[in-house]
Amino acid sequence: MSGKLYLYPVWVRIWHALNAIFFLVLLVSGLSMQYSNPDVPLLPFNIAVTSHNVAGVGLFVLYLCFLFVFSFSSNRLHYRIQFKGLIGRLVIQMKFYLFGVFKGERPPFPTLEEAKFNPLQQVTYVAVLFILFPILIITGLPLMFPEFIIDNFFGIGGTLLTALVHASAGFFASIFLIIHLYFATMGATFLSNYKSIVNGYHELH
Amino acid sequence: MVKNNLTISICLMVGIIASVLQTSAQEVADNSQCLKCHGQVFYEYHNEWTDQIDRKPLNPFHHIDSVKLHTSVHKMFACIDCHSMEYETFPHSGELRLEEKYQCMDCHGGDETFAKFNFEGIEASFMESVHYKASDERFNCWMCHNAHGYELALREDKPIVEVVNISNSMCLSCHDNKFKYGLLSNEEPKKVAEIHAWLPHQARHFEKVRCVDCHTKVQSDILVAHNILPKEEALKNCVECHSANSVLMESLYAHRAKESRIESGFVNAIILNEGYIIGANRNRTLNFVSIGIFGFVVLGLLIHLILRLILIKKK
Repeated sequence: MSGKLYLYPVWVRIWHALNAIFFLVLLVSGLSMQYSNPDVPLLPFNIAVTSHNVAGVGLFVLYLCFLFVFSFSSNRLHYRIQFKGLIGRLVIQMKFYLFGVFKGERPPFPTLEEAKFNPLQQVTYVAVLFILFPILIITGLPLMFPEFIIDNFFGIGGTLLTALVHASAGFFASIFLIIHLYFATMGATFLSNYKSIVNGYHELH
Repeated sequence: MVKNNLTISICLMVGIIASVLQTSAQEVADNSQCLKCHGQVFYEYHNEWTDQIDRKPLNPFHHIDSVKLHTSVHKMFACIDCHSMEYETFPHSGELRLEEKYQCMDCHGGDETFAKFNFEGIEASFMESVHYKASDERFNCWMCHNAHGYELALREDKPIVEVVNISNSMCLSCHDNKFKYGLLSNEEPKKVAEIHAWLPHQARHFEKVRCVDCHTKVQSDILVAHNILPKEEALKNCVECHSANSVLMESLYAHRAKESRIESGFVNAIILNEGYIIGANRNRTLNFVSIGIFGFVVLGLLIHLILRLILIKKK
């Protein structure tokens, strides 16, 4: 089976591209602030702070737009997890990535117009979009206005706790990014998925 | 029996209160005669010429906050220990305003009792300051330090926010007060918020960091550096504080860092008791764990990629 499926409409591609830009800016500026070093600055501190704030607000606004469009578009169906038999499907998909792919097996859950994500992708994207993103936003916005954070939360500094949760969530987001970038090479060809985020067409295996 | 117990309890309580009052009375000098006027905003006296009671506003520069005086490090001194005995008569003689005031070093200089404060070091540092150099030596300790209300904030381990407030109030007493500023300059002080407009989270910085943390050069031999720098030389590079080698560990947190080296896994952990500074506070365990996880993920993906490439070549 080979061919092309138009799976990524313009709004999805724009949203994805902006997400990627904001994500990268946040990652680099966040790392630069967390590990700031006057001798080896990844970014000058003031630029890191400003770019992190701008990209953070950008990502937040974009997320609100995404939620709005998501609620009214059919795209949300791709994120609806069928919990019945989910573990089994996840194991099958993981087995494919760990072993099947080296044996030249075909993907157990091929991309379809009505199901563009395999079970593992679906669970990961839902976790990132509806757990990780809200955590990053809920902890990130108060860090822009630290005067509103409570001083003490059960003996731990409120700002410290917020920053720890924010940095941890940011770390998991960076792990997601690395895995996401690599797994994107597992399309019909190495670069086919990268092409599809530009032209909207998914190349079938 | 119950009545007897009650009587004993009341006597005991009265005894304790009396003893507490006596102890505190011994530690605090009785300056009530002076404070009758100088502790008030308005003072009254009997005018012998008109035979009336006159009520006048006290010169705000001569007002003493009696609460601060009674809790200050100088609370055991009577006013006339430092001021002329002639002040005991009222109206005060006009010539008394020419009286030369004691300076810090007159009492604290060369005294082993105060060796830990290193007053000599403080004086040397102060003489390097822009305050001293730009004022033709007219600047003295009392322009910043209130002899009638001085308290040890850092050494008493007061919360950092309180330490910062006490310290910054000293600076703002001139730099936000055209009357006191006018004692040394014909110009009006510049608006502090305006000249620090470049500083992100300005209010937060003013609340958590002392002016002197940026406007002095750290000195290891004294607790608080007194060499106020010209404004061009003040710290403006964020990472001087926001990094693992934060200068705040040698200034604002220096005393606590020396007193307590408790390690909690965080870099510059002592700051965490009072706040959080991005870049200066890092958790070593989390650092290692995150680098480890990230490394394993990248390694795993690399192995996966290499195996895939080998497979593609075989095909």
